[in-house]
Amino acid sequence: MISFREATKVFGSGPDAVRAVDSVTLDVGEGEIFGVIGYSGAGKSTLVRLVNALETVTSGQVVVDGHDVTTLGESELRQLRASIGMVFQQFNLMKSRTVAGNVAYPLKVARWPKERRKQRVAELLDFVGLADKARTYPGQLSGGQKQRVGIARALATSPKILLADEATSALDPDTTQDVLALLKRVNRELGVTVVVITHEMDVIRSIAQRVAVMEHGKVVEHGRVYDVFAAPRERATRRFVGTALRDRPTPEVLERLRHRHPGRMVTVGVRDGQGSGTDLTATLRRHGVDGSIVFGGITEIDERPFGSLTVELAGDEESIDALIAELRRTADVHDLGTREHPRNDPSAVVAGDEQPSSPDAPGISGAGGADEIAGPATGLSAGSATGLGTPPERSSGGFQ
Amino acid sequence: MNSDWSTLAPILLESLRETLYMVSVTLLISGALGLLMGVLLYATRRGNLLENAAIFTVLNIAVNIVRPIPFIIFITAVGPLTLMTIGTTIGNEAVIFAMSIMASFITARIVEQNLVATDPGVIEAARAVGASRLRIILTVLIPESLAPLVLGYTFLLIGIIDMSALAGYIGGGGLGDFAIVYGYQRFNWEVTFVTVVVIVVLVQLAQVLGNWLARKALHR
Ligand SMILES: Nc1ncnc2c1ncn2[C@@H]1O[C@H](COP(=O)(O)OP(=O)(O)O)[C@@H](O)[C@H]1O
Ligand SMILES: [Mg+2]
Repeated sequence: MISFREATKVFGSGPDAVRAVDSVTLDVGEGEIFGVIGYSGAGKSTLVRLVNALETVTSGQVVVDGHDVTTLGESELRQLRASIGMVFQQFNLMKSRTVAGNVAYPLKVARWPKERRKQRVAELLDFVGLADKARTYPGQLSGGQKQRVGIARALATSPKILLADEATSALDPDTTQDVLALLKRVNRELGVTVVVITHEMDVIRSIAQRVAVMEHGKVVEHGRVYDVFAAPRERATRRFVGTALRDRPTPEVLERLRHRHPGRMVTVGVRDGQGSGTDLTATLRRHGVDGSIVFGGITEIDERPFGSLTVELAGDEESIDALIAELRRTADVHDLGTREHPRNDPSAVVAGDEQPSSPDAPGISGAGGADEIAGPATGLSAGSATGLGTPPERSSGGFQ
Repeated sequence: MNSDWSTLAPILLESLRETLYMVSVTLLISGALGLLMGVLLYATRRGNLLENAAIFTVLNIAVNIVRPIPFIIFITAVGPLTLMTIGTTIGNEAVIFAMSIMASFITARIVEQNLVATDPGVIEAARAVGASRLRIILTVLIPESLAPLVLGYTFLLIGIIDMSALAGYIGGGGLGDFAIVYGYQRFNWEVTFVTVVVIVVLVQLAQVLGNWLARKALHR
């Protein structure tokens, strides 16, 4: 549906030139929800604006629905734009027009006759649940309502593609969920290809099927959202994944956990098709071991389960070892040891951060890690051979 | 003070009529020309819809040159141009001609300054639905800035009333001329005072009307 081929956009020239988009090659398939995530200034907005040619490439190609956008003239571009809907962070509604007037605007531009226009506007407002607000001015709407008007306007001419640039970034969490659910409906019920731009991994987690991570104008990683969450490769990706999933204890949390739970603790990964709450219970029972869940969370990514549970195990040591060995056959298990004999499995401690190649190798403490260990009144002995693998990225954290 | 209001009143009324005539014709002409120039000033600026360095520079310099000239000097300075266009350099029409030019340049800047405040996101949204540049100017840019534009035009109207008081210098009429001829030159302070009151009321009416229209345009 959308293909970027070495697409590059440079703003300015000479020493001040900014490569906002830097040789991006990417394909967005028909009918999918594709996410683009990155920090502010990564080039996300510029990338998406290349699609409807609000910006034109400096070099490379952008092909949309079979048309090479880079070769179109102004009037052809206007036609192309009319076939692509766009939703904005700040809604960008016209204050001088009513809700109905805003939604009707693209139809007027497309020269729809008045009667059909009225009918279509009513239909759209009904779809976004704002049928009763037709005569209201945007100034009187809440943020979530404004964005729904924005979505109705973007869908007016039945586009095949919807570009959502930080569509939920100005909204509170509840409203964000409403708007994301609406975008999902747009994709499901109307078959619209949706490109979602965001700096929040949670948005990607909730609705996208595939994701591209942008940094300094480049796409540094892309793939199915589930795979990217399960095995993030790039540092930036790990950070984003870490913000969306707080299922694994951070070093500080682990210290507190040890304080409360002196026994053997393990973190068991829960993935699609491997390891689930019920599997865990059954295995525990078979080995005569008691387990209490002390931390963790399971969420859905791309509508499949994903997360981890940290469990304190109680039983004789042999049974526990046998249990862990069995769990390891079907799931990702990180042994955290006990308060007396802690094992700071680095990959378990800081989810989504850089990890040494061997998960059980004693980590080399960075400055931040050393700080963590040096903290007094914890179960960790400062002289412990195993340090924390890497300095922690987030000083605060834990389970929200 | 011996003012004979039975003879003065009809002259005052006639002067008021002349002022209203000069002011409204000037407002119409400069309102339209100024809007055009103001929109061009805004739109041809770098990065805007009709980016065009040549047009922008010429307009910008012209506005900067004309605007600061005191009107009493301007009205005589454009004399040759007035003669060419109107056929005479005296009378109400000559005054209207000079006022319209000056007011157009003032309006251009007022319009431009109000358009600059338009949310660029709204223009972007209109571009994204495939609207042409001209369409965006007419159906988005101007309607979105209507409230401040109305206030700008109110300011303009009051400025024109002010300018029109100088009409007497080149043989025009109106309230300013009335106050000078029947008040100042005859040492009749009462006539001056009454004229001032009439002008103040006129300005107040304009302001109240402008505020009301601007509030209607805001849709809050
Ligand atoms: N019109 C522009 N002119 C100059 N620089 C720009 C322009 N638009 C964006 N940039 C620059 O390009 C980079 C990427 O911006 P943007 O695409 O808006 O990033 P994001 O949406 O990821 O925050 C930034 O460094 C920004 O300053
Ligand atoms: Mg952006």
